[in-house]
Amino acid sequence: MTTKLFGEPIPRREDPRLLVGGGRYLDDLGPGALAAAFVRSPHAHARIAGVDVSDAVEVDGLVAIYLWEDLPDRVGEPLPLLIPHPALTHGRTAHPLARDVVRHVGEPVAMVVAVDRYTAEDVCALIRVDYEPLPPVVGPENAVQGSALVHADVPGNVGAHLVQEVGNAREAIEEAEHTLAFRLDVERSASMPLEGRGVYARWDSGDSSLRVYTSTQASTSVRMAIAATLELPLPSVEVVAPDVGGGFGVKIVHPWPEEILVPWACIRLGREVKWTEDRREHFISSAHERAQVQYVRVGFDSAGRVLGLELNILHDHGAYTPYGIIVPIITSTQALGPYKIGAYRVEFQSIYTNTVQVTPYRGAGRPQGVFAMERTMDRIADHLGLDRTEVRAANFIQPSEFPYDQGLTFQDGRPLIYDSGDYPASLELLKSLIDWDSFEERRAEAAAEGRRIGIGLGCYVEGTGVGPYEGGHVQVTSDGRVHVSTGLTSQGQGHETVFAQIVAEELGVDISDISVVTGDTRRFPYAVGTFASRAAVMSGNAIALATRKVRDKALRVAAEALEADPGDLEIVSGIVRVRGNPTAAIPLKTVAVLSNPLRYAFDAEAARATQFAAPGSPDEPPLKEEPGLEGRDYYSPIRSTFASGMHAAVVETDPVTAEIHILRYVVVHDCGKLINPLIVEGQIHGGVAQGVGGALYERMAYDEHGQLLNASFMDFLMPYATEIPRIETAHLETPSPLNPLGIKGAGEAGVIPVSAVVASAIEDAEGLVISRMPISPSDLYDLRLAAARGEAERTSRSAG
Amino acid sequence: MKPPAFDYHAPAGVDEAVEILAEAGAEAKILAGGQSLIPLLNMRLVTPGHIVDVNRVAGLGFVEAGPDGVRVGALARHSQVERLPELRRVQPLLGQALRLVAHPVIRNRGTVVGSIAHADPAAELPAVLALLGGSVQTRHAAGGRTIPAAEFFVGPLESALEPGELAVSVFFPALPPRSGTAFAETARRHGDYAIAGVAALVTLGPDGEPERAAVACVGVGPVPIVVETPYRAGWDGAAEAVAAAIEPEDDIHATAAYRRHLTGVLAVRALGQATEEARG
Ligand SMILES: Cc1cc2nc3c(=O)[nH]c(=O)nc-3n(C[C@H](O)[C@H](O)[C@H](O)COP(=O)(O)OP(=O)(O)OC[C@H]3O[C@@H](n4cnc5c(N)ncnc54)[C@H](O)[C@@H]3O)c2cc1C
Repeated sequence: MTTKLFGEPIPRREDPRLLVGGGRYLDDLGPGALAAAFVRSPHAHARIAGVDVSDAVEVDGLVAIYLWEDLPDRVGEPLPLLIPHPALTHGRTAHPLARDVVRHVGEPVAMVVAVDRYTAEDVCALIRVDYEPLPPVVGPENAVQGSALVHADVPGNVGAHLVQEVGNAREAIEEAEHTLAFRLDVERSASMPLEGRGVYARWDSGDSSLRVYTSTQASTSVRMAIAATLELPLPSVEVVAPDVGGGFGVKIVHPWPEEILVPWACIRLGREVKWTEDRREHFISSAHERAQVQYVRVGFDSAGRVLGLELNILHDHGAYTPYGIIVPIITSTQALGPYKIGAYRVEFQSIYTNTVQVTPYRGAGRPQGVFAMERTMDRIADHLGLDRTEVRAANFIQPSEFPYDQGLTFQDGRPLIYDSGDYPASLELLKSLIDWDSFEERRAEAAAEGRRIGIGLGCYVEGTGVGPYEGGHVQVTSDGRVHVSTGLTSQGQGHETVFAQIVAEELGVDISDISVVTGDTRRFPYAVGTFASRAAVMSGNAIALATRKVRDKALRVAAEALEADPGDLEIVSGIVRVRGNPTAAIPLKTVAVLSNPLRYAFDAEAARATQFAAPGSPDEPPLKEEPGLEGRDYYSPIRSTFASGMHAAVVETDPVTAEIHILRYVVVHDCGKLINPLIVEGQIHGGVAQGVGGALYERMAYDEHGQLLNASFMDFLMPYATEIPRIETAHLETPSPLNPLGIKGAGEAGVIPVSAVVASAIEDAEGLVISRMPISPSDLYDLRLAAARGEAERTSRSAG
Repeated sequence: MKPPAFDYHAPAGVDEAVEILAEAGAEAKILAGGQSLIPLLNMRLVTPGHIVDVNRVAGLGFVEAGPDGVRVGALARHSQVERLPELRRVQPLLGQALRLVAHPVIRNRGTVVGSIAHADPAAELPAVLALLGGSVQTRHAAGGRTIPAAEFFVGPLESALEPGELAVSVFFPALPPRSGTAFAETARRHGDYAIAGVAALVTLGPDGEPERAAVACVGVGPVPIVVETPYRAGWDGAAEAVAAAIEPEDDIHATAAYRRHLTGVLAVRALGQATEEARG
């Protein structure tokens, strides 16, 4: 192999197109389609007593208004519960349009189809819904009291209750030399892709086929859901994810109500229909994440080794559970991080509230788990007067201990067994990059100038590349071009680049000859989707395996033409040649021609494959295996592969205004072998930026009535580039033994420890215990006042 | 997020504009840079029957700096005013404030007069106008008037402009002799409306000590709050005077107590900086 591309920081091939406005996003499609808009509940909880459309139907340009009553049986059923779990005893999902009761502000009540979106919104404004308000349930701690119910048949609002235990944690804590107990709070945030959701459907009444474009992370599964719900033959339904302007988890949920209703209305009306979500809709009717209340109890020895840990979680999952309890399961299991702790007991209750549903957002429960564990490590260090890095090191799983079985069941239903890693090396690298050991000098220098700075760190392990499988298809055509497809989708990660790198290297062709298509069921109908940092691991390996099939076939066919042994051949820049004899060569495009025996010569290349041009043995059939130089293969791992990382930050807190600035942010990251360091770095930068958002800026401000007070970009403070520090990254490459390429996922990594890291650093700067994130200057100011009144906890170090 | 239908007018001159405004009355909204109005329209928070787009009106895109001050026409964009060479000399506070208004792309469209007319108590420019004692020049079908800043800001998003009245220009008086200015503010993110902000103007006496000083506070009351802040061997009294005058409220970004604290701190900082500026 001469085309060295795997591991190279080549620029993203999709960028020129996306940066000059050449992307095709959902709303760029179907300019002539009818527009859909929705009447959404203004109440958090109410009974629908009646709907009056008498004024609305007078509007010129109105095409249709649909209520739940108008939907046929299958279409009106509750949306699927995508990931059932035995502990989710009271799973509930919404109807595509509200039936009798609305359970959060934003729940769709009526669908309007009109000539354009302006008209559709005019009609929405004229539809009068008579709501009888019901008591709203807001906040998991209120909800679990059970005095008002989100779903009348779910007592205590408890959707799920799950305990996992390794060893006897309570006993271990009781017997430990030292114990601590405390409470932690994490608030809501959300994926918030810049492109919202959107669906555009076209019905061909001539051949009764449906094509749906949707801004999704799971087009193959949307296709199956649409076919099943609309009772269409699967081959008559095509689903395409066009360019998708970010997903971050929210677009893995499917089918969204609109993904069923838009195609249904399109068929019913015989007209193209499109719905493009606006920002307010995205805030109040898609999904949020993160909110948890956690209770920690820990027992440890004088070296800081954890002997027993008990974690109790109240997880707020909003009004519905379409994605099951994946998020709290991940929190429960990934809280363990790089540590081997003596005994562990984790219990969660997943609680219904009258708020937007909770489904995975980049990190998917890990940031909360890491927050719990890393706050615990800092507390232990403070309690014992030890350096925070020492306590972590005392608990690390050692490189010699892999594979390491944590004894729990992970989100894929498989044992939580870490495949590889080198945590002590990561920590050493991190410490040297951030000058951990000399920080006290810098703190003293800053203090001399009246400035207050602090340092913090956080470690995590991330299960990535969950199954069940992905597939890849690679085809070389007679023009020498290589066409690659995989079923999972792209939301801007750079799949067009990394998958092409893999194929270029495996096949021995120039990357400029390769094109990659993702998320188009016309090209590859079998897939799971893009989530859980799995695309590179799953599709990357599947594509590598498919490419190897193509290569083997190319060598077989070429060997015959060159009268050589396939073992003596190599492929270099698209030419198959005999090693050591470059004159005995045949281009791959000719091999492609030869692998498809033809009768008709429609062009010059084809002529070379016709029966008189390429006569084979008269005693053998012309076709010996499948025609075409192509291969398809699948990758299905026995279990997830575990990436890891450690971050550290230096923050400055203004002693007067309580403003918080991140001065340095350092990332040590290990996702196994790097396919493209530039892209991994970009993923880390984006992840850290979202983490900074979650740590210092973003929250969903629900009031006690269940109204979301900041449902716009004016008041939901996503950080700008100006709020993000320069991010310094370093890589360790501990290959995964589980897959052919030795890679691990990298998509979510950046976001995972940021809240823990920033909390650690602010705590260090202020000497005040930080147990609630995010934290704003106003919050920090309040905390200082509370501490002055003796009502907030100080660290032992600062209390002296 | 699409506005309901409205009649759209694009007059070419001030006379034509005020005629249309007179006819449409309270049903009309003037569209300048659109940076505040368009979001309100799209969110259907305002639903005017008529939009009078003044962007094609001739003769309103000027900024003039003279010895008395700076006059800004209704179509001068924030960025255009910011770049005026004489600004630093004639009235530095305007430039100090404009740097804090939103981001460059928004300053390329948004107008100074639009910001004054919009009368957002969290905005910087109304505070500047109020502190300097500037005025707004208007036109309506029956004539025109000059409204002093002290009478212009009536409440949150509420000004003394009547239906049918077009603000044609705003006048910012020049910096008095021996004076300096400063604008200090704290925002959650770069370019956001401030959590608290203070514009300061300090005039020195012959002894080089502050003789007259005042501040205007943003985001802590229904209108910009102007406070005389005496210098008594320091600005401690100023901070107290400010704390007594402002009326901050809790919102999702900050508590009233934090805003009160911050405004006091920013007032002292701004007054200190303005004094240094005055001393040159
Ligand atoms: C993301 C973002 C951030 C921003 N941040 C800030 C900030 O930090 N600080 C700040 O001060 N501003 C901020 N703004 C607002 C910006 O400064 C606007 O430009 C300004 O408020 C209004 O000016 P405009 O020309 O866009 O007015 P428009 O939006 O066109 O109009 C605003 C209002 O004023 C009226 N109006 C406009 N011109 C006239 C006139 N000549 N006569 C009578 N009435 C008139 C309109 O009818 C309307 O009611 C921000 C805007 C955005 C979008």
